[in-house]
Amino acid sequence: MFSPSDLLLIPFDEWVNSLVRDFLVPNFRPLFRAMQVPVTAVLNALEAFFQFVPMLVTTAVLALVAWRTVGRGLAIFTLLALFFIDMIGLWPETMTTLSMIVTSVFFCTIIGVPLGILAAGSDRVWAITRPILDIMQTIPSFVYLVPIVMLFGVGMVPGIIATIIFALPPIIRLTNLGIRNVRGDLIEAAEAFGSTRWQMLWDVQFPLALRTIMAGLNQTLMLSLSMVVIAALIGAGGLGLTVYTGLGRLDVGGATAGGVGIVLLAIILDRITQALGEKSGGRTQSLRQTLVSLFRPRAATVDEANKTGS
Amino acid sequence: MKTKVKARAVYKVFGEAPQDALKRLERGETKEKILEETGQVLGVQDANFDVEEGHIFVVMGLSGSGKSTLVRMLNGLIKPTSGQILIDEDDVASCSPERLRKIRRDKIAMVFQHFALFPHRTIAENAAYGLKIKGMGAAERRKKALAALDQVGLAAWADSYPSELSGGMQQRVGLARGLATDPQILLMDEPFSALDPLIRREMQDELIKLQKTLKKTIVFITHDLNEALTLGDRIAIMKDGRFVQVGTAQEIVANPADEYVSAFVADIDRGRVFTAGHAATEPAAVQLSATAEEALRVMEELNRNALYVLDGEKIAGVVTYQDLSASARGDRDETGVASVLTTEYPRAAEETPLHELYGLASSGLPVAVVNGEGRLKGVVEPESLFAQLSTDEHSTDNAHNTSAKAAS
Repeated sequence: MFSPSDLLLIPFDEWVNSLVRDFLVPNFRPLFRAMQVPVTAVLNALEAFFQFVPMLVTTAVLALVAWRTVGRGLAIFTLLALFFIDMIGLWPETMTTLSMIVTSVFFCTIIGVPLGILAAGSDRVWAITRPILDIMQTIPSFVYLVPIVMLFGVGMVPGIIATIIFALPPIIRLTNLGIRNVRGDLIEAAEAFGSTRWQMLWDVQFPLALRTIMAGLNQTLMLSLSMVVIAALIGAGGLGLTVYTGLGRLDVGGATAGGVGIVLLAIILDRITQALGEKSGGRTQSLRQTLVSLFRPRAATVDEANKTGS
Repeated sequence: MKTKVKARAVYKVFGEAPQDALKRLERGETKEKILEETGQVLGVQDANFDVEEGHIFVVMGLSGSGKSTLVRMLNGLIKPTSGQILIDEDDVASCSPERLRKIRRDKIAMVFQHFALFPHRTIAENAAYGLKIKGMGAAERRKKALAALDQVGLAAWADSYPSELSGGMQQRVGLARGLATDPQILLMDEPFSALDPLIRREMQDELIKLQKTLKKTIVFITHDLNEALTLGDRIAIMKDGRFVQVGTAQEIVANPADEYVSAFVADIDRGRVFTAGHAATEPAAVQLSATAEEALRVMEELNRNALYVLDGEKIAGVVTYQDLSASARGDRDETGVASVLTTEYPRAAEETPLHELYGLASSGLPVAVVNGEGRLKGVVEPESLFAQLSTDEHSTDNAHNTSAKAAS
């Protein structure tokens, strides 16, 4: 049977190889190295900080934040969860993972929010941004691990850069969505009173889009957490490494311990950022309500945030 | 009086090639044809009007008539395709963005149909928004915002959020936000349409009351002809982007320009549009010193059965034909009008709407129409009251003519 490949065989893999190996790596390696500098600085500072602060202090602070933002239930859960992590001997790895995640979310925010605002302000920017975000979200993360290793090397920072690429789309999308969904008559009112673009953004659009942007931040955080295991493949440490090592040695116990650590950390961070988005400052919840809310499907709350944002 | 807002040959086309649509319009193609062939919508066609300082200019039209587009062109939220819009001497259609921003900050404020209050700001912060944009300090703008809220009776709610207020209260805040910057011009885009009828009525009265002291130049958009007639010093009726008729409430109700306006006007309560001054006929009166015979003769000549009696310039009272003839037949010595004078008579000011005269007219006596100094300016005979209320063209014209005579 005839097939097009009989006529022409496109050496696509060769093209990509030569693009990366012969063009990007020799010409742009210094640029990519330079891009690592701020990430390295933030990561090292955070890692040093979290490893320096005693376990009990960190736990107390996180529990306090959980109590203030969500309620007593999550505070108790935070205490128990972090104690458990410490008692299974994974505290240092958890702190490494936490500093990786905070670094990744930090860079996603400072890149994603302005990009989202730009995309909301111009249909043309959004038309360009949107397919790129689609690609970023659909391409398997293993695919870009290889060029990242070639361009950035191996280690923590390339791992975080892979995480940033993976976790960036939702915050751009939801910032764009939040700002576009600000009621038209409010924009008109701000304009009718003589606002500049900056005043409009700062006084009206950004505060009104904040709930949706926070939902995006929450999604970005969750994606970062799910990427830390994969990032361990290229030399990132933390709980991901524990899981990866367990996988390599068929050590089901070790892999499970690392996985449980990630899940517990995810629950705590997820609930806190969601509550920040909902601004339910003074409201307190019973332990039962919190446990119920822990097993509530998250998609529903994101939908809620979108609805109120619109 | 100064002209504050001037629009000259203003057109607005929504679409890809607006100039092409204008050319087609010049060639005499209709709005429908242009929409069909080019997909472009003619929002406003050839709008020309002047708004005098301190007047309320009401633009009335149904949805899709272009009235909201028109008001948005006045403060540059929408740029006209062609034409001039002058706010004092500045052409909003062509001035620089900086100049436009300055005009918006200092001269024009806007009140919106759905209030457009910022949900994340308190009532006081909402009212102070225009001041904040201008760069005023926090303490001073709060003081001014509270003063503006006080004008609309909401100072006590300063630290609440918009969601805690009812619709009517929210629109008062919208009005306070507009007034806080002390603009000369207020654009109101269907401000009361989203409110319940009772609240709407209340807000209209409140606006009239406020306007008496504030004397702003107001451009008011509405789809409710009753509202237009209640508020407007001048009213423009809009249809398909064009002005069909521009005039005072009485002009529009008495002489609708075409069938479209007539159809609207048909349901209007004329008793609220016309005033005692309009229905009044020339005051026929006798002096207090007149004899009964003289008074009876005047009444017979004018075919009236009651007559006002003046004491110099002042109204002394009213005499009826019945009383006078009874006294003339009687054999008493004193037969002057003074003996049968009724000092209790119905009276109304010139600007009293006719519907308030129904009760007065039921006494059967003509209603005395008096001016500010209490002098008799005319009388409203019960029959002429009905003539004025009638939509029959002939009788309306008659009443209108006589009222014009009385006014002159």
